[in-house]
Amino acid sequence: MGLFSFFKQEKKKNTANLAKERLQILIAHEHADKSKQTPDYLPKLRDEILTVIRKYVHVSEDDVNVKIENAEDYDVLELNITLPESK
Amino acid sequence: MSKVIVVTSGKGGVGKTTSSAAFASGLASQGHKTAVIDFDVGLRNLDLIMGVERRVVYDFVNVINGEATLKQALIKDKRVDNLYILPASQTRDKDALTKEGVESVIEELKKEGFEYIVCDSPAGIEKGAFMALYFADEAIVVTNPEVSSVRDSDRILGILQSRSKAAEEGRTVKEHLLITRYSPNRVEGGDMLSKDDIVEILSVPLIGVIPESESVLQASNSGNPVILDDESEAGKAYMDVVRRFLGEDVPLRFMQVTEEKKGFFSKLFG
Repeated sequence: MGLFSFFKQEKKKNTANLAKERLQILIAHEHADKSKQTPDYLPKLRDEILTVIRKYVHVSEDDVNVKIENAEDYDVLELNITLPESK
Repeated sequence: MSKVIVVTSGKGGVGKTTSSAAFASGLASQGHKTAVIDFDVGLRNLDLIMGVERRVVYDFVNVINGEATLKQALIKDKRVDNLYILPASQTRDKDALTKEGVESVIEELKKEGFEYIVCDSPAGIEKGAFMALYFADEAIVVTNPEVSSVRDSDRILGILQSRSKAAEEGRTVKEHLLITRYSPNRVEGGDMLSKDDIVEILSVPLIGVIPESESVLQASNSGNPVILDDESEAGKAYMDVVRRFLGEDVPLRFMQVTEEKKGFFSKLFG
């Protein structure tokens, strides 16, 4: 045991534990994110719905809102279309 | 029955090609007819690690495109019987690999009686890596005891179980964790993740731990798979991996802490 080893070890002790903790938190998050991910067909679905609606009503890009919500054992596809005010 | 095994990692530089070369050579040395395919199209290196770089005439992409037969492209190893190498193309890009093309080559290898087909994956999670893992029955995930490597291994494990052919057909790819560049001294000192930490984080069964060793660089310098160096710890550890893969119960070796030689001053101030 060297003279200064006591102080030196104090400074950078057990970075491996830190690495393990960080990884466990990160990987848990990444797995949770993955299960919440929206399906990749969503943008295309939105575009096609927009095209159909525009055949009948004039709506702008922002007036159609499509999102998926994850519930316990089912997913909800929510479609929100804001129609222009009728005169 | 032939088995397709992908050697993958996500992260680059962790020892995929070294491990592929060692693993394939080990399987062949145990009497199994083995082919090892380099999937790193554009950046081939397996030929160099295996020491056959001057014998490459045709490559994987030539076979896929029908410009050469599989027999013409396969390089028969001169040191180990039963071992054949299929090099990657140096000039094409990764789009040269198609599912149909890769499948036809793997099917032909199976028909030729190859027992093991080892796919050396490129780094990353793009097309080349995807093609290497798509047809796999089993996967060896190479990981260094280091945060970014462990995270990338987790990503690649996710891809294996969601996007491989096996996953599409409702089967699972059998996973093996291979830890390389391991230093028991640094683990003991508390500044390297231990093998148990990594197994706990990734929850994949461990097939082996390769200690950090000078012999790995010496082996690649000379173009000899490190497993053929039966004097070196890394070589012996790779042979243990092969024996475990073939079903033997082999205990882990080279996990002991070695006493560092210290000079007078480092003893005093260390």
